[in-house]
Amino acid sequence: MLPGENALQISIRSVGSAIVVDIVGDIDLYNSPEVRKTLLSALREKRAPRVVLNLSAVKYIDSSGVASLVEGLKIARELGSRFILYGLSPAAREVLELSRLIRVFEVAENESQALA
Amino acid sequence: MSYDLKMELSSDPRLLRVVRSAVEQLAQELGLDEPECHRVTLAVDEAVTNIIRHAYQNQPGQPIEITCSCLGPSSGGDGPDRLEILLQDSGRGVHPSELRGRPLGEIRPGGLGLHLIREAMDEVEYQRAGQTNRLRLVKYLRRKDSN
Repeated sequence: MLPGENALQISIRSVGSAIVVDIVGDIDLYNSPEVRKTLLSALREKRAPRVVLNLSAVKYIDSSGVASLVEGLKIARELGSRFILYGLSPAAREVLELSRLIRVFEVAENESQALA
Repeated sequence: MSYDLKMELSSDPRLLRVVRSAVEQLAQELGLDEPECHRVTLAVDEAVTNIIRHAYQNQPGQPIEITCSCLGPSSGGDGPDRLEILLQDSGRGVHPSELRGRPLGEIRPGGLGLHLIREAMDEVEYQRAGQTNRLRLVKYLRRKDSN
């Protein structure tokens, strides 16, 4: 095993009727399955009307990470939940732009805007 | 300026972070600005991801070789210096239809890696040589201090 600093941290908190998913670390092929699993189970179990992803501590995301976000978005739409991203780093924003997916997501500048 | 960086790794997704770190620092050393460093790093990450997932079908312990070379202008001699990154593996070959990628704008996961590589690099070339896949990526070195 490599040192633990490679580990991704994901936590979920409730804010009013919304849930906020805080993600810390790079999202790549190694840990995107964990992101996907956490997101999908949070969406299905909590059934919150609004799911907010805090990506301000995600400095890097690749196409496998984007795929996890897309899956989350699709499930949220099926469940009638809003799915909002905030805190995109320039690198994460660029990947979404290059993927032509930035307009598919609802993107907020900060948490209060995402929860407003 | 002419030098090489060669990495030999096994097909383990945990090593992606190590590869990204090395490539990003090399790109910085070559004078690329931050967005270009990120694009080169992203392209190599996506290429290694494709090798692990598709060429080796997630089988661990298989060999991947990455050679980064800083080269002068291509034949003709008038162009920019180049960073050439050659990725080699001995996994399953790629069918030409897989190189086309998928239409963008569709809201579905997967199939974006090759598109990102093409967007990030100036030249992308795939060859199957015997039992070896060779993916050659080139970034022209328009340095941040060259404006």
